[in-house]
Amino acid sequence: MILDLGKYAATVLGAYAVTLGLIALLVVASVRRARRARAELERLESARRTPNG
Amino acid sequence: MSLWRYANPAEFMRISGPVLPVLWAGAGVCLLVGLGWGLFLTPNDYQQGATVKILFIHVPAALMAINAWLMMLVASLIWFIRRHHVSALAARAAAPVGATMTVIALATGAIWGQPMWGTWWAWDPRLTSFFILFLFYVGYIALWSAIDDPDTAADLTAVLCFVGSVFALLSRYAVLFWSQGLHQGASLSVDRETHVDAAFYYPLVIAIAGFVLLFFALVLTRTRTEIRLRRIRALQAIEARA
Repeated sequence: MILDLGKYAATVLGAYAVTLGLIALLVVASVRRARRARAELERLESARRTPNG
Repeated sequence: MSLWRYANPAEFMRISGPVLPVLWAGAGVCLLVGLGWGLFLTPNDYQQGATVKILFIHVPAALMAINAWLMMLVASLIWFIRRHHVSALAARAAAPVGATMTVIALATGAIWGQPMWGTWWAWDPRLTSFFILFLFYVGYIALWSAIDDPDTAADLTAVLCFVGSVFALLSRYAVLFWSQGLHQGASLSVDRETHVDAAFYYPLVIAIAGFVLLFFALVLTRTRTEIRLRRIRALQAIEARA
């Protein structure tokens, strides 16, 4: 499977790179934010369950 | 069993949790197959050469850019009529995803347009309405961040969403309202017999499925985060009062 894009190689690969890069940024940012929120909520709720702990 | 029970945050979290891994996996597989097939196994176009392979990212991204806003419109209407907080948070969660899809559609369109049209940009009806849609996304995200009271923010962003829906629909139907600009007509349509050639059609449909699944995976993940953040703020307020 050889990719032959001819004179448009930079154009096509550039478009794919921009797309995959932006999607990766969005996915990583969303997952990291979700993990932080989950950890913070668990911390607050466990603190509420054990008020003297 | 009423659909509205999913508007309960606890019920939404319970139902959406097990669905998420399926959505992420489905999105990954469809994107890998659709984009891999499109990039490596489709022929070059006789006129556009290899640039036709940009179709497999440009069309799904543009489709999702418009449909994300329409999803936000439905969620905003539900918030306006029934005051379900999950729907307002889902609309907020969808906005960055839709904005990213709009940027991808604009960027890949410009990259594709340069060798084919001889210009990165033209004030063509579809391109212009798409650019205005992007500005509405930016304004919508900024408005959510600018207002402290969540219910007021949800109300005002819902109104902005109603106004922006005009441009979301214009982006879709601009070529029908005005004379044809540089941009071609739709590549896919439910009400038309002829599509792009079969060699491009199947990988394009799979790539679109990948983008749709990715959109729902991201929106569900981000909505769950918004629900947790709201709960965190409530607990912090209780702590502050104690």
